[in-house]
Amino acid sequence: MPTVGIKRDLLFKALGRTYTDEEFDELCFEFGLELDEITSEKEIVSREQGDTKASDASDVILYKIDVPANRYDLLCLEGLVRGLQVFKNKLEAPRYRRISPVNGDPQKLIITKETAAVRPFAVAAVLRNITFTQERYDSFIELQEKLHQNICRKRSLVAIGTHDLDTISGPFTYTAKPPGDISFKPLNQTKEYTATELMSLYKTDSHLRHYLHIIEDKPVYPIIYDSNGIVLSMPPIINGDHSKITLQTKNVFIECTATDLTKAKIVLDMMVTMFSEYCSQPFTKEKLSGEFINRKVGINESTEKIAQLLTRMCLLSRATGVGDEIEVEIPPTRSDVIHACDIMEDAAIAYGFNNITRTTPRAYTVANQFPLNKLTELLRQDLAAAGFTEALNFALCSEEDIADKLGKKISETRAAHISNPKTAEFQVARTTLLPGLLKTIAANRKMPLPLKLFEVSDVVLKDETKDVGARNSRRFCAVYYNKSPGFEVIHGLLDRTMQLLEVKSARGEGYHIQAADDSTFFPGRCAEIIVRGKTVGRLGVLHPDVINRFELTMPCSAMEIDIEPFL
Amino acid sequence: VPPTISQHEMDHLLMADSGVVETLLQRIEKADDGVDSLNVAASLGVDHQVIVGAVKSLQALGDIISADLRSSKHWELTVEGSEIAEQGSHEARVFSSIPLEGLAQSELMKLSFGKIGFSKAMSNKWIRVDKTQEGGPRIFRAVENIEDQVREKLLQVQKGNFSQLDEKEKNELKKRKLLSEVTVKSYWITKGSSFSTTITKQETELTPEMIATGSWKEKKFKPYNFEAMGVAPDCGHLHPLMKVRTQFRQIFLEMGFTEMPTNNFIESSFWNFDSLFQPQQHPARDQHDTFFLSDPALAHEFPQDYLERVKKVHSEGGFGSQGYKYDWKIEEAQKNILRTHTTAVSARMLYKLAQQKFTPVKYFSIDRVFRNETLDATHLAEFHQIEGVVADYGLTLGDLMGILHQFFTKLGITKLRFKPAYNPYTEPSMEVFSYHEGLKKWVEVGNSGVFRPEMLLPMGLPEDVSVIAWGLSLERPTMIKYGINNIRELVGHKVNLQMVYDGPICRLDS
Repeated sequence: MPTVGIKRDLLFKALGRTYTDEEFDELCFEFGLELDEITSEKEIVSREQGDTKASDASDVILYKIDVPANRYDLLCLEGLVRGLQVFKNKLEAPRYRRISPVNGDPQKLIITKETAAVRPFAVAAVLRNITFTQERYDSFIELQEKLHQNICRKRSLVAIGTHDLDTISGPFTYTAKPPGDISFKPLNQTKEYTATELMSLYKTDSHLRHYLHIIEDKPVYPIIYDSNGIVLSMPPIINGDHSKITLQTKNVFIECTATDLTKAKIVLDMMVTMFSEYCSQPFTKEKLSGEFINRKVGINESTEKIAQLLTRMCLLSRATGVGDEIEVEIPPTRSDVIHACDIMEDAAIAYGFNNITRTTPRAYTVANQFPLNKLTELLRQDLAAAGFTEALNFALCSEEDIADKLGKKISETRAAHISNPKTAEFQVARTTLLPGLLKTIAANRKMPLPLKLFEVSDVVLKDETKDVGARNSRRFCAVYYNKSPGFEVIHGLLDRTMQLLEVKSARGEGYHIQAADDSTFFPGRCAEIIVRGKTVGRLGVLHPDVINRFELTMPCSAMEIDIEPFL
Repeated sequence: VPPTISQHEMDHLLMADSGVVETLLQRIEKADDGVDSLNVAASLGVDHQVIVGAVKSLQALGDIISADLRSSKHWELTVEGSEIAEQGSHEARVFSSIPLEGLAQSELMKLSFGKIGFSKAMSNKWIRVDKTQEGGPRIFRAVENIEDQVREKLLQVQKGNFSQLDEKEKNELKKRKLLSEVTVKSYWITKGSSFSTTITKQETELTPEMIATGSWKEKKFKPYNFEAMGVAPDCGHLHPLMKVRTQFRQIFLEMGFTEMPTNNFIESSFWNFDSLFQPQQHPARDQHDTFFLSDPALAHEFPQDYLERVKKVHSEGGFGSQGYKYDWKIEEAQKNILRTHTTAVSARMLYKLAQQKFTPVKYFSIDRVFRNETLDATHLAEFHQIEGVVADYGLTLGDLMGILHQFFTKLGITKLRFKPAYNPYTEPSMEVFSYHEGLKKWVEVGNSGVFRPEMLLPMGLPEDVSVIAWGLSLERPTMIKYGINNIRELVGHKVNLQMVYDGPICRLDS
């Protein structure tokens, strides 16, 4: 969820009144925003860099407001104020229209086919007769940055370039060239660089280095020229210095280059609607029925009232008079409206979620437990009653935990591997519950002996027969840790478990154990557990090497079985 | 000072001095309003400690006697005082050591008591000095008989008859360092509710033999110390998070919800995201947020018709939607991940439901989900998601809020309010807030919403069926319930087992 920092006094000035922090918090809540923090630049700098650095910072009160991820139109002061003012019936929903320049043709951006190899889309617009103040300018830059970080996915989907139109002349060309063939003076630099040089220059730039990867490996880089061959920008990395905007800029040329055309259009719409009264796209109109909204929300309002509710959400609406039909204008700022249900939600917000009468669904249903979970729940109770304490370990672990430390090879484990673990703790999904229990003991060595632990939970195994190529397996694992191995204790727990599961001690239809070799266990101290002729798990005394690798010092016996055969 | 006396010593005293105990009991029986332990000791001629021991052992037998501790001022002879009580005062000894013919003063001074006794005897006018005698001054008796009052007084004190002396006399003797005042604690002993002059040995425990023979009826039993803690039972314990899970399961079952099979941690992006109308460029599908699998990297089996409809609704729209208008790729949908929410299972269940003749359903699940997130004191890479889903004809937002109200009431939370929110697969989406009485503010307790038509209609569910759903984490309510601040103390191998051992039962509504 993006957070917008806005100067409180500026906000109140724009809203035409002041609020207490509580009142403003309440307003945000109703509208679906969250007043996350009340702070100041001074406080932020002081927190991040210490008090000495903070002494010069401004102590103007800042509101940090969390904005829903789909409402790009609320990412700046202008949009936020507009939304709140309309919501409070203080302002009419704005209408946007496109106008042609007073003299001459519209500007053109020509896209060449070379761009297809790197960044195939571009859209552009012009904002005319803008008057920037320092605050508006800051807000303009801030909005660009917010859009870059959110909908633009850190410039990978869309990159925005803004230029002083009066320093350049159209038509403009969006093309792509090999990096060696591109040379220009980039923003805030004093000399020209080739694109290749720029890429190495920005390697150390704390901000720009994050975007280099987007085009770095491409044979050609995207580039925008004006009719005189002046470079406007090399998207998505940097603009040219020549056309940079200043407080004195009157006419702004905005270009958005993209790998996703829909997103590029949304971003361009946001830029122009937030900062101008002109817009390149007319609004669209949708029709829906008042009954639809009443039925979905669970209210009973007149068609006219619903139209009023929607208008308060910047969706200018009117009852057409044909039945309960409502005509809704969707401004370009509201790219999130793609279905009637999005309009329905705005009606519900304007009505106030908390004003809706709470009702109860009438459907008669009979509850059922998932049989495997039912068995698990019942078994756990009785395992605790048998004197064992339940542990709860992570389903993810390192390869070492399930292989090396247990004296196994990772290739024998049928483990599912994670491709992007941030640390070794998340390399694989566990294939056995044993390592988790041993780590729990290691972390609790100060506790009095014996330690008797169990866990009934899922492990993950690769399985070609499943659509995703893997499945869970519900396991029961128990360990006994004491000065003596206590094989008989674990064996006794197995006997008790079988008693609980109504399996008799017998070969054939019952259960029995028989000696087995397993590198996790001490030689001659491991047995397979065979139930109705099938091996369901093992028990035994752990190998001293295993005990050492888990940083334990005492003998330990353990058992682990698959409980799904007992369903 | 009254003794603190061990059980062993007491038993010893009792054995050694059962005579004392009996005598003491007889004294108490005769006394109308009780006896003082000091007096008893004095009259029996035994050390006070012996009587104290007898009192203690009688107290241990129950209500035979009642003994109130009290303290009194008490006068005692000093060492010098005792010597005087025995041999007479210095002045008296001076008097008696003088023969009729007198004694040279120099001879008298050689005696140990000579110097002090001389001046006292002089001031008492018992003796006189004749300085005219040859060979130096000579001492003669001045009276025929003397009365050694100092000694008499000290003897009275020694017998315990302090009241025979007035305060002035006592203070004078104190000044002469013959008496000292001490505070003495003693017991005032009276009959208890089960007073008897005979005592029997107390038994520590009831034995099978006593039960068999009925001898318990005759025995006295040593009283228990109810202040001590009992012995901890030898038992196992369930994990607190699992105890809370059991309660949530119970709540859903009480509300008629059927449990979904969530035992599939590995899920395809298709079921986890695409089927939920979550676009393929959505940040949640980033490497930063989601664990992807390298092996098995891809899912290979999808319901083909349904997959086509999902593709269409994303890329072109349909079902009343404009869609997201982007190039939907099967390669992206095939990518296997560790599921980021159990809603992936809800999607599978709803798809399955859509393949049959529709009947209303209520589903729930509580299971693990995985996020490749930055870890801190309240966030882990895996946690348990609690999810409830209701599908029926004509469900409203009011129904969702109503069912949430019922659900949270069972958790003991009745004050709820709802905030508009954004979620890619629900519209409307509502964050659920409850008023926390302790923190005195509204805190988020869950998320909820109505599944989008773009998710439900491609599955084949009837158009007028709505599906409402909500979710919350299991860890957060558990941490609040059990007062745990660091999630690592609750989940994972770093768990504090003592916390598990000491955990109470879980009743969420109390």
